[in-house]
Amino acid sequence: MTNEFDPVIIGFTCNWCSYRAADMAGTARIKYPHNVRLMRLMCSGRLDPTFVLKALAGGADGVLLTGCHPGECHYLEQNYKALRRVKLLKRTIAAMGIEPERVKLVWASAAEGTFLAKEIGVFVEEIKALGPLNWPQRAGINGIPVHQPEIEEVPA
Amino acid sequence: MSENGKPKFAMYWAASCGGCEIAVLNIHERILDVDANFEVAFWPVAMDAKYKDVEAMQDGEILLTLFNGGIRNEENEHIAKLLRKKSQLLVAFGSCANEGCIPGLANLSPMEALFETAYHTASTENPEGILPQYEYDVPEGTITIPTMYPVLRTLDQVVDVDYYIPGCPPESHQIEAVIDAVIAVLKGEAELPPKGTVLGVGTSTVCDECSRKRDVKKIKQFVRIQDVERIDPEICLLEQGILCNGPATASGCTALCPAAGAPCAGCYGPANGVIDYGARMMASVASVIDSRDPDEIDAILDGLVDPAGSFYRFNLAHSLLHTGQASWNGKGS
Repeated sequence: MTNEFDPVIIGFTCNWCSYRAADMAGTARIKYPHNVRLMRLMCSGRLDPTFVLKALAGGADGVLLTGCHPGECHYLEQNYKALRRVKLLKRTIAAMGIEPERVKLVWASAAEGTFLAKEIGVFVEEIKALGPLNWPQRAGINGIPVHQPEIEEVPA
Repeated sequence: MSENGKPKFAMYWAASCGGCEIAVLNIHERILDVDANFEVAFWPVAMDAKYKDVEAMQDGEILLTLFNGGIRNEENEHIAKLLRKKSQLLVAFGSCANEGCIPGLANLSPMEALFETAYHTASTENPEGILPQYEYDVPEGTITIPTMYPVLRTLDQVVDVDYYIPGCPPESHQIEAVIDAVIAVLKGEAELPPKGTVLGVGTSTVCDECSRKRDVKKIKQFVRIQDVERIDPEICLLEQGILCNGPATASGCTALCPAAGAPCAGCYGPANGVIDYGARMMASVASVIDSRDPDEIDAILDGLVDPAGSFYRFNLAHSLLHTGQASWNGKGS
Protein backbone atom coordinates (compact mmCIF):
# COMPACT_ATOMS: atom_id res chain seq x y z
CA MET A 1 0.00 0.00 0.00
CA THR A 2 1.23 3.41 -0.87
CA ASN A 3 -0.08 6.66 0.48
CA GLU A 4 -0.36 8.17 -2.96
CA PHE A 5 -3.49 10.24 -3.47
CA ASP A 6 -6.05 8.18 -5.35
CA PRO A 7 -8.71 10.66 -6.51
CA VAL A 8 -12.40 9.92 -6.92
CA ILE A 9 -13.79 11.37 -10.14
CA ILE A 10 -17.40 11.26 -11.20
CA GLY A 11 -17.86 11.23 -14.96
CA PHE A 12 -21.10 12.06 -16.73
CA THR A 13 -21.20 10.73 -20.28
CA CYS A 14 -23.58 11.29 -23.15
CA ASN A 15 -25.48 8.20 -24.29
CA TRP A 16 -24.91 8.91 -27.98
CA CYS A 17 -21.19 9.56 -28.12
CA SER A 18 -18.84 9.43 -25.15
CA TYR A 19 -20.60 6.57 -23.32
CA ARG A 20 -20.09 4.56 -26.49
CA ALA A 21 -16.53 5.85 -26.76
CA ALA A 22 -15.87 4.50 -23.27
CA ASP A 23 -17.53 1.26 -24.29
CA MET A 24 -15.33 1.12 -27.36
CA ALA A 25 -12.23 1.75 -25.27
CA GLY A 26 -13.24 -1.24 -23.14
CA THR A 27 -13.91 -3.50 -26.13
CA ALA A 28 -10.59 -2.50 -27.68
CA ARG A 29 -8.82 -3.22 -24.36
CA ILE A 30 -7.59 0.34 -24.07
CA LYS A 31 -6.71 1.03 -20.46
CA TYR A 32 -7.66 4.17 -18.60
CA PRO A 33 -7.33 5.00 -14.88
CA HIS A 34 -9.79 3.38 -12.49
CA ASN A 35 -10.42 6.70 -10.74
CA VAL A 36 -13.31 7.77 -12.90
CA ARG A 37 -16.82 6.44 -12.23
CA LEU A 38 -18.82 6.91 -15.38
CA MET A 39 -22.53 7.60 -15.37
CA ARG A 40 -24.67 7.72 -18.45
CA LEU A 41 -26.90 10.65 -19.24
CA MET A 42 -29.05 10.85 -22.33
CA CYS A 43 -27.23 14.05 -23.29
CA SER A 44 -24.57 16.35 -21.84
CA GLY A 45 -27.35 18.96 -21.77
CA ARG A 46 -29.08 16.81 -19.14
CA LEU A 47 -26.36 17.74 -16.68
CA ASP A 48 -28.01 19.71 -13.90
CA PRO A 49 -25.33 21.66 -11.98
CA THR A 50 -26.88 20.02 -8.90
CA PHE A 51 -25.25 16.72 -9.97
CA VAL A 52 -21.80 18.31 -9.93
CA LEU A 53 -22.30 20.10 -6.61
CA LYS A 54 -23.66 16.94 -5.02
CA ALA A 55 -20.66 14.96 -6.24
CA LEU A 56 -18.19 17.51 -4.87
CA ALA A 57 -20.10 17.93 -1.59
CA GLY A 58 -20.26 14.16 -1.24
CA GLY A 59 -16.53 13.59 -1.52
CA ALA A 60 -15.56 13.58 -5.21
CA ASP A 61 -12.29 15.29 -6.09
CA GLY A 62 -13.33 16.16 -9.63
CA VAL A 63 -16.21 15.92 -12.08
CA LEU A 64 -15.87 15.13 -15.77
CA LEU A 65 -18.59 15.84 -18.30
CA THR A 66 -18.29 14.45 -21.81
CA GLY A 67 -20.53 15.19 -24.77
CA CYS A 68 -20.77 15.20 -28.55
CA HIS A 69 -18.61 17.59 -30.52
CA PRO A 70 -20.16 21.00 -31.21
CA GLY A 71 -22.65 20.72 -34.04
CA GLU A 72 -23.10 16.97 -33.58
CA CYS A 73 -25.58 16.83 -30.71
CA HIS A 74 -28.25 14.16 -31.03
CA TYR A 75 -30.69 16.71 -29.61
CA LEU A 76 -29.57 19.51 -31.95
CA GLU A 77 -27.81 21.95 -29.61
CA GLN A 78 -27.99 20.75 -26.04
CA ASN A 79 -24.22 20.31 -25.87
CA TYR A 80 -23.92 24.09 -26.26
CA LYS A 81 -26.18 24.40 -23.25
CA ALA A 82 -23.87 22.05 -21.38
CA LEU A 83 -20.93 24.24 -22.38
CA ARG A 84 -22.64 27.35 -20.98
CA ARG A 85 -23.64 25.58 -17.77
CA VAL A 86 -20.13 24.27 -17.14
CA LYS A 87 -18.62 27.70 -17.78
CA LEU A 88 -21.06 29.34 -15.36
CA LEU A 89 -20.65 26.59 -12.78
CA LYS A 90 -16.84 26.94 -12.85
CA ARG A 91 -17.17 30.65 -12.09
CA THR A 92 -19.51 30.01 -9.18
CA ILE A 93 -17.44 27.28 -7.52
CA ALA A 94 -14.32 29.41 -8.01
CA ALA A 95 -16.08 32.15 -6.04
CA MET A 96 -16.75 29.57 -3.35
CA GLY A 97 -13.11 28.62 -3.06
CA ILE A 98 -13.01 25.44 -5.14
CA GLU A 99 -10.51 25.24 -8.01
CA PRO A 100 -12.58 25.51 -11.21
CA GLU A 101 -10.22 22.98 -12.83
CA ARG A 102 -11.95 20.29 -10.79
CA VAL A 103 -14.79 20.41 -13.30
CA LYS A 104 -13.92 19.57 -16.90
CA LEU A 105 -15.86 19.31 -20.12
CA VAL A 106 -14.52 17.09 -22.94
CA TRP A 107 -16.00 16.49 -26.38
CA ALA A 108 -15.63 12.90 -27.58
CA SER A 109 -17.49 11.14 -30.39
CA ALA A 110 -18.48 7.46 -30.38
CA ALA A 111 -15.43 6.70 -32.53
CA GLU A 112 -12.96 8.33 -30.15
CA GLY A 113 -12.37 5.58 -27.59
CA THR A 114 -8.62 6.09 -27.63
CA PHE A 115 -8.99 9.85 -27.31
CA LEU A 116 -11.44 9.57 -24.38
CA ALA A 117 -9.17 7.14 -22.53
CA LYS A 118 -6.29 9.57 -22.99
CA GLU A 119 -8.36 12.54 -21.80
CA ILE A 120 -9.46 10.64 -18.69
CA GLY A 121 -5.80 9.96 -17.96
CA VAL A 122 -4.96 13.64 -18.40
CA PHE A 123 -7.80 14.71 -16.08
CA VAL A 124 -6.78 12.22 -13.38
CA GLU A 125 -3.25 13.64 -13.47
CA GLU A 126 -4.63 17.19 -13.24
CA ILE A 127 -6.73 16.26 -10.19
CA LYS A 128 -3.76 14.50 -8.60
CA ALA A 129 -1.78 17.71 -9.02
CA LEU A 130 -4.57 19.71 -7.35
CA GLY A 131 -4.76 17.31 -4.40
CA PRO A 132 -7.78 16.04 -2.52
CA LEU A 133 -10.86 18.22 -2.16
CA ASN A 134 -12.15 16.35 0.90
CA TRP A 135 -15.23 18.55 1.22
CA PRO A 136 -17.21 16.45 3.76
CA GLN A 137 -14.23 15.85 6.04
CA ARG A 138 -12.98 19.41 5.98
CA ALA A 139 -16.43 20.90 6.39
CA GLY A 140 -16.91 18.64 9.40
CA ILE A 141 -14.28 20.35 11.57
CA ASN A 142 -15.36 21.67 14.97
CA GLY A 143 -18.42 19.48 14.84
CA ILE A 144 -19.96 21.54 12.05
CA PRO A 145 -21.91 19.09 9.90
CA VAL A 146 -22.60 19.55 6.22
CA HIS A 147 -26.21 19.64 5.20
CA GLN A 148 -27.13 16.40 3.45
CA PRO A 149 -30.28 16.30 1.34
CA GLU A 150 -32.54 13.31 1.60
CA ILE A 151 -31.55 10.54 -0.76
CA GLU A 152 -34.23 9.93 -3.33
CA GLU A 153 -35.05 6.30 -4.02
CA VAL A 154 -35.20 5.72 -7.75
CA PRO A 155 -36.66 2.41 -8.93
CA ALA A 156 -34.20 0.46 -11.06
CA MET B 1 -50.77 25.19 29.32
CA SER B 2 -50.63 28.44 31.31
CA GLU B 3 -52.74 29.48 34.31
CA ASN B 4 -55.34 31.11 32.08
CA GLY B 5 -55.73 27.90 30.10
CA LYS B 6 -54.15 29.24 26.92
CA PRO B 7 -51.38 27.32 25.15
CA LYS B 8 -47.95 28.94 25.24
CA PHE B 9 -46.28 30.72 22.34
CA ALA B 10 -42.62 31.70 21.96
CA MET B 11 -40.61 33.57 19.37
CA TYR B 12 -36.83 33.83 19.35
CA TRP B 13 -34.20 35.51 17.22
CA ALA B 14 -30.76 34.05 16.70
CA ALA B 15 -28.42 35.46 13.98
CA SER B 16 -30.91 37.70 12.19
CA CYS B 17 -31.82 41.33 11.62
CA GLY B 18 -35.12 41.57 13.51
CA GLY B 19 -37.18 41.97 10.35
CA CYS B 20 -39.06 38.73 11.05
CA GLU B 21 -40.27 40.12 14.40
CA ILE B 22 -41.47 43.25 12.63
CA ALA B 23 -43.18 41.09 10.01
CA VAL B 24 -45.13 39.32 12.75
CA LEU B 25 -46.18 42.64 14.29
CA ASN B 26 -46.98 43.90 10.79
CA ILE B 27 -50.09 41.73 10.63
CA HIS B 28 -51.70 44.67 12.48
CA GLU B 29 -54.87 43.90 14.46
CA ARG B 30 -54.52 40.19 13.70
CA ILE B 31 -51.83 40.10 16.38
CA LEU B 32 -54.78 40.34 18.81
CA ASP B 33 -55.91 36.91 17.59
CA VAL B 34 -52.51 35.57 18.61
CA ASP B 35 -52.94 37.15 22.04
CA ALA B 36 -56.52 35.88 22.35
CA ASN B 37 -55.49 32.30 21.63
CA PHE B 38 -51.98 32.11 23.11
CA GLU B 39 -50.10 33.03 26.22
CA VAL B 40 -46.86 34.67 25.08
CA ALA B 41 -44.35 32.81 27.21
CA PHE B 42 -41.07 33.97 25.73
CA TRP B 43 -40.41 36.65 23.12
CA PRO B 44 -37.26 38.65 23.89
CA VAL B 45 -38.02 41.39 21.38
CA ALA B 46 -41.53 42.09 22.61
CA MET B 47 -41.36 41.36 26.32
CA ASP B 48 -38.97 40.86 29.19
CA ALA B 49 -38.05 37.24 29.76
CA LYS B 50 -35.01 35.42 31.03
CA TYR B 51 -33.41 32.26 29.68
CA LYS B 52 -33.70 30.74 33.15
CA ASP B 53 -37.51 31.07 32.96
CA VAL B 54 -37.45 28.91 29.83
CA GLU B 55 -34.99 26.49 31.43
CA ALA B 56 -37.40 26.10 34.37
CA MET B 57 -40.27 25.05 32.06
CA GLN B 58 -41.23 21.44 31.60
CA ASP B 59 -40.33 19.71 28.34
CA GLY B 60 -42.95 20.43 25.68
CA GLU B 61 -44.59 23.13 27.79
CA ILE B 62 -44.54 25.64 24.91
CA LEU B 63 -46.95 24.65 22.16
CA LEU B 64 -45.58 26.76 19.32
CA THR B 65 -42.17 28.39 18.83
CA LEU B 66 -41.34 30.56 15.86
CA PHE B 67 -37.55 30.56 15.59
CA ASN B 68 -35.92 33.09 13.31
CA GLY B 69 -32.23 33.56 12.65
CA GLY B 70 -29.35 31.25 11.84
CA ILE B 71 -27.01 29.51 14.28
CA ARG B 72 -23.85 31.60 14.34
CA ASN B 73 -22.58 31.21 17.92
CA GLU B 74 -22.72 29.13 21.08
CA GLU B 75 -25.67 31.11 22.48
CA ASN B 76 -27.79 30.60 19.32
CA GLU B 77 -27.13 26.86 19.47
CA HIS B 78 -27.89 26.63 23.19
CA ILE B 79 -31.24 28.42 22.82
CA ALA B 80 -32.15 26.43 19.69
CA LYS B 81 -31.61 23.18 21.62
CA LEU B 82 -33.39 24.55 24.69
CA LEU B 83 -36.45 25.68 22.72
CA ARG B 84 -36.52 22.40 20.85
CA LYS B 85 -36.79 20.60 24.17
CA LYS B 86 -39.44 22.92 25.58
CA SER B 87 -41.61 23.20 22.44
CA GLN B 88 -44.07 20.79 20.92
CA LEU B 89 -43.87 22.51 17.54
CA LEU B 90 -40.68 24.25 16.44
CA VAL B 91 -41.01 26.34 13.29
CA ALA B 92 -38.07 27.70 11.29
CA PHE B 93 -39.44 31.17 10.64
CA GLY B 94 -37.95 33.36 7.94
CA SER B 95 -35.08 32.91 5.53
CA CYS B 96 -32.22 32.90 8.10
CA ALA B 97 -33.57 29.95 10.07
CA ASN B 98 -34.59 28.16 6.87
CA GLU B 99 -31.61 28.64 4.61
CA GLY B 100 -29.08 31.04 6.17
CA CYS B 101 -30.09 34.20 4.30
CA ILE B 102 -27.70 37.19 4.23
CA PRO B 103 -25.85 36.18 7.44
CA GLY B 104 -25.16 32.85 5.68
CA LEU B 105 -23.16 34.65 2.99
CA ALA B 106 -20.48 35.14 5.64
CA ASN B 107 -19.77 31.42 5.13
CA LEU B 108 -17.75 32.56 2.10
CA SER B 109 -15.21 34.32 4.31
CA PRO B 110 -12.96 33.17 7.16
CA MET B 111 -13.70 34.64 10.59
CA GLU B 112 -10.56 36.80 10.53
CA ALA B 113 -11.90 38.54 7.41
CA LEU B 114 -15.29 39.07 9.04
CA PHE B 115 -13.72 40.72 12.09
CA GLU B 116 -11.45 42.76 9.84
CA THR B 117 -14.47 44.09 7.92
CA ALA B 118 -16.56 44.68 11.02
CA TYR B 119 -13.93 46.41 13.17
CA HIS B 120 -11.19 47.79 10.95
CA THR B 121 -12.62 49.07 7.68
CA ALA B 122 -13.22 52.73 6.86
CA SER B 123 -16.88 52.61 7.86
CA THR B 124 -15.97 51.76 11.47
CA GLU B 125 -14.68 54.33 13.97
CA ASN B 126 -12.20 52.22 15.93
CA PRO B 127 -8.88 54.13 16.21
CA GLU B 128 -7.56 51.91 19.01
CA GLY B 129 -8.28 48.76 17.03
CA ILE B 130 -10.38 47.22 19.79
CA LEU B 131 -11.67 43.71 19.10
CA PRO B 132 -14.20 41.81 21.20
CA GLN B 133 -12.62 39.21 23.49
CA TYR B 134 -14.28 35.95 24.45
CA GLU B 135 -13.03 36.45 28.01
CA TYR B 136 -12.22 39.68 29.79
CA ASP B 137 -11.13 40.24 33.35
CA VAL B 138 -12.73 43.09 35.29
CA PRO B 139 -12.50 43.80 39.07
CA GLU B 140 -15.82 42.05 39.61
CA GLY B 141 -14.71 38.85 37.88
CA THR B 142 -14.40 37.43 34.39
CA ILE B 143 -16.85 38.41 31.67
CA THR B 144 -17.43 35.97 28.83
CA ILE B 145 -19.32 36.27 25.56
CA PRO B 146 -20.55 33.33 23.44
CA THR B 147 -18.02 31.70 21.12
CA MET B 148 -18.58 32.46 17.46
CA TYR B 149 -18.59 29.48 15.10
CA PRO B 150 -16.60 29.43 11.83
CA VAL B 151 -19.77 29.01 9.76
CA LEU B 152 -23.45 29.80 10.10
CA ARG B 153 -25.82 26.85 10.19
CA THR B 154 -29.53 26.79 9.60
CA LEU B 155 -31.92 25.69 12.31
CA ASP B 156 -32.52 22.22 10.85
CA GLN B 157 -28.78 21.61 10.64
CA VAL B 158 -28.71 21.89 14.44
CA VAL B 159 -32.05 20.58 15.75
CA ASP B 160 -35.11 18.77 14.49
CA VAL B 161 -37.59 21.19 12.87
CA ASP B 162 -41.34 20.58 12.52
CA TYR B 163 -42.36 23.23 9.97
CA TYR B 164 -40.79 25.81 7.74
CA ILE B 165 -42.05 29.31 6.92
CA PRO B 166 -39.67 30.94 4.42
CA GLY B 167 -39.36 34.56 3.31
CA CYS B 168 -37.18 37.54 4.08
CA PRO B 169 -39.32 38.39 5.87
CA PRO B 170 -42.43 36.20 5.43
CA GLU B 171 -45.25 38.22 3.88
CA SER B 172 -48.05 39.42 6.18
CA HIS B 173 -50.80 37.62 4.29
CA GLN B 174 -48.85 34.36 4.52
CA ILE B 175 -48.29 34.79 8.27
CA GLU B 176 -52.00 35.51 8.73
CA ALA B 177 -52.89 32.36 6.80
CA VAL B 178 -50.60 30.28 8.99
CA ILE B 179 -52.02 31.82 12.18
CA ASP B 180 -55.54 31.08 10.97
CA ALA B 181 -54.53 27.47 10.28
CA VAL B 182 -52.95 27.09 13.73
CA ILE B 183 -56.02 28.52 15.46
CA ALA B 184 -58.24 26.16 13.46
CA VAL B 185 -56.11 23.25 14.70
CA LEU B 186 -56.41 24.53 18.30
CA LYS B 187 -60.18 24.61 17.98
CA GLY B 188 -60.17 21.09 16.62
CA GLU B 189 -61.44 22.21 13.22
CA ALA B 190 -58.38 21.08 11.27
CA GLU B 191 -55.50 18.62 11.40
CA LEU B 192 -51.83 19.50 11.62
CA PRO B 193 -50.02 19.19 8.28
CA PRO B 194 -47.37 16.45 7.97
CA LYS B 195 -44.08 17.18 9.71
CA GLY B 196 -41.57 18.96 7.51
CA THR B 197 -44.20 20.86 5.53
CA VAL B 198 -43.20 24.25 4.16
CA LEU B 199 -46.00 26.61 5.16
CA GLY B 200 -47.01 30.02 3.89
CA VAL B 201 -45.66 29.47 0.40
CA GLY B 202 -46.99 28.73 -3.09
CA THR B 203 -46.36 25.53 -5.02
CA SER B 204 -44.84 27.17 -8.09
CA THR B 205 -42.17 29.77 -8.88
CA VAL B 206 -42.09 33.55 -8.71
CA CYS B 207 -42.10 33.61 -12.55
CA ASP B 208 -45.51 31.96 -12.42
CA GLU B 209 -46.90 34.81 -10.33
CA CYS B 210 -45.07 37.53 -12.24
CA SER B 211 -47.15 39.61 -14.64
CA ARG B 212 -44.23 40.52 -16.91
CA LYS B 213 -44.23 39.19 -20.46
CA ARG B 214 -41.62 36.65 -21.45
CA ASP B 215 -41.37 35.14 -24.90
CA VAL B 216 -37.89 35.54 -26.38
CA LYS B 217 -35.98 33.79 -23.56
CA LYS B 218 -32.62 34.77 -25.00
CA ILE B 219 -29.91 36.93 -23.45
CA LYS B 220 -27.00 38.57 -25.24
CA GLN B 221 -25.64 40.45 -22.23
CA PHE B 222 -26.07 40.85 -18.50
CA VAL B 223 -26.38 44.29 -17.01
CA ARG B 224 -26.47 45.46 -13.42
CA ILE B 225 -29.73 47.17 -12.61
CA GLN B 226 -28.03 50.42 -11.58
CA ASP B 227 -26.51 50.65 -15.07
CA VAL B 228 -29.85 50.40 -16.88
CA GLU B 229 -31.20 53.71 -18.13
CA ARG B 230 -34.77 52.64 -18.58
CA ILE B 231 -36.33 49.38 -17.45
CA ASP B 232 -39.16 48.24 -19.68
CA PRO B 233 -42.21 48.00 -17.38
CA GLU B 234 -43.76 45.02 -19.17
CA ILE B 235 -41.01 42.68 -20.39
CA CYS B 236 -39.36 40.00 -18.25
CA LEU B 237 -36.34 41.43 -16.40
CA LEU B 238 -34.19 38.42 -17.26
CA GLU B 239 -34.88 39.05 -20.94
CA GLN B 240 -33.68 42.61 -20.38
CA GLY B 241 -30.38 41.18 -19.13
CA ILE B 242 -31.07 41.89 -15.45
CA LEU B 243 -30.35 38.81 -13.35
CA CYS B 244 -33.67 37.87 -11.76
CA ASN B 245 -33.92 34.84 -9.45
CA GLY B 246 -37.59 34.19 -10.21
CA PRO B 247 -37.07 30.85 -12.03
CA ALA B 248 -35.73 29.07 -8.92
CA THR B 249 -37.67 30.87 -6.20
CA ALA B 250 -40.84 29.62 -4.52
CA SER B 251 -43.99 31.59 -5.21
CA GLY B 252 -45.98 33.07 -2.40
CA CYS B 253 -44.89 36.71 -2.36
CA THR B 254 -47.12 37.69 -5.34
CA ALA B 255 -43.94 38.68 -7.26
CA LEU B 256 -43.70 42.05 -5.54
CA CYS B 257 -40.15 42.93 -6.60
CA PRO B 258 -40.42 42.31 -10.38
CA ALA B 259 -43.73 44.21 -10.34
CA ALA B 260 -41.86 47.19 -8.88
CA GLY B 261 -39.07 46.91 -11.46
CA ALA B 262 -36.56 45.21 -9.17
CA PRO B 263 -35.30 41.70 -9.91
CA CYS B 264 -36.30 38.85 -7.61
CA ALA B 265 -33.49 38.32 -5.11
CA GLY B 266 -34.77 34.88 -4.13
CA CYS B 267 -35.80 35.53 -0.53
CA TYR B 268 -38.62 32.97 -0.54
CA GLY B 269 -36.12 30.19 -1.02
CA PRO B 270 -36.04 27.18 -3.34
CA ALA B 271 -39.22 26.33 -5.23
CA ASN B 272 -40.89 22.97 -4.78
CA GLY B 273 -38.52 20.18 -5.87
CA VAL B 274 -35.36 22.31 -6.05
CA ILE B 275 -32.50 20.63 -4.17
CA ASP B 276 -29.84 23.28 -4.64
CA TYR B 277 -31.13 26.78 -5.26
CA GLY B 278 -27.99 28.14 -6.93
CA ALA B 279 -27.70 25.12 -9.19
CA ARG B 280 -31.24 25.68 -10.43
CA MET B 281 -30.45 29.32 -11.14
CA MET B 282 -27.24 28.40 -12.96
CA ALA B 283 -29.12 25.84 -15.04
CA SER B 284 -31.81 28.29 -16.08
CA VAL B 285 -29.52 31.28 -16.65
CA ALA B 286 -27.07 29.26 -18.75
CA SER B 287 -29.96 27.92 -20.81
CA VAL B 288 -31.13 31.33 -21.99
CA ILE B 289 -27.74 32.75 -22.95
CA ASP B 290 -27.87 33.19 -26.68
CA SER B 291 -24.44 32.10 -27.88
CA ARG B 292 -22.58 29.02 -29.05
CA ASP B 293 -19.17 30.60 -29.14
CA PRO B 294 -16.98 29.85 -26.10
CA ASP B 295 -15.34 33.30 -26.10
CA GLU B 296 -18.64 35.10 -26.52
CA ILE B 297 -20.19 33.02 -23.72
CA ASP B 298 -17.32 34.07 -21.46
CA ALA B 299 -17.84 37.71 -22.41
CA ILE B 300 -21.55 37.45 -21.59
CA LEU B 301 -20.82 35.70 -18.28
CA ASP B 302 -18.39 38.49 -17.37
CA GLY B 303 -21.55 40.55 -16.84
CA LEU B 304 -22.35 38.41 -13.79
CA VAL B 305 -19.89 40.04 -11.43
CA ASP B 306 -20.71 38.03 -8.30
CA PRO B 307 -22.03 34.56 -9.21
CA ALA B 308 -21.84 33.01 -5.73
CA GLY B 309 -23.44 36.04 -4.11
CA SER B 310 -26.14 36.33 -6.77
CA PHE B 311 -27.15 32.69 -7.00
CA TYR B 312 -26.81 31.93 -3.29
CA ARG B 313 -27.78 35.26 -1.76
CA PHE B 314 -30.30 33.64 0.59
CA ASN B 315 -29.46 29.98 0.32
CA LEU B 316 -25.72 29.48 0.81
CA ALA B 317 -25.83 27.92 4.29
CA HIS B 318 -28.42 25.39 3.14
CA SER B 319 -26.89 24.68 -0.27
CA LEU B 320 -25.13 21.41 -1.09
CA LEU B 321 -21.69 22.94 -0.54
CA HIS B 322 -22.97 24.80 2.52
CA THR B 323 -19.97 27.10 2.80
CA GLY B 324 -17.02 28.54 0.94
CA GLN B 325 -13.67 26.85 1.34
CA ALA B 326 -12.07 29.83 3.04
CA SER B 327 -14.36 29.86 6.05
CA TRP B 328 -13.52 26.42 7.31
CA ASN B 329 -9.96 25.98 6.12
CA GLY B 330 -8.82 25.11 9.60
CA LYS B 331 -8.76 28.76 10.61
CA GLY B 332 -12.06 28.73 12.46
CA SER B 333 -12.50 29.20 16.19
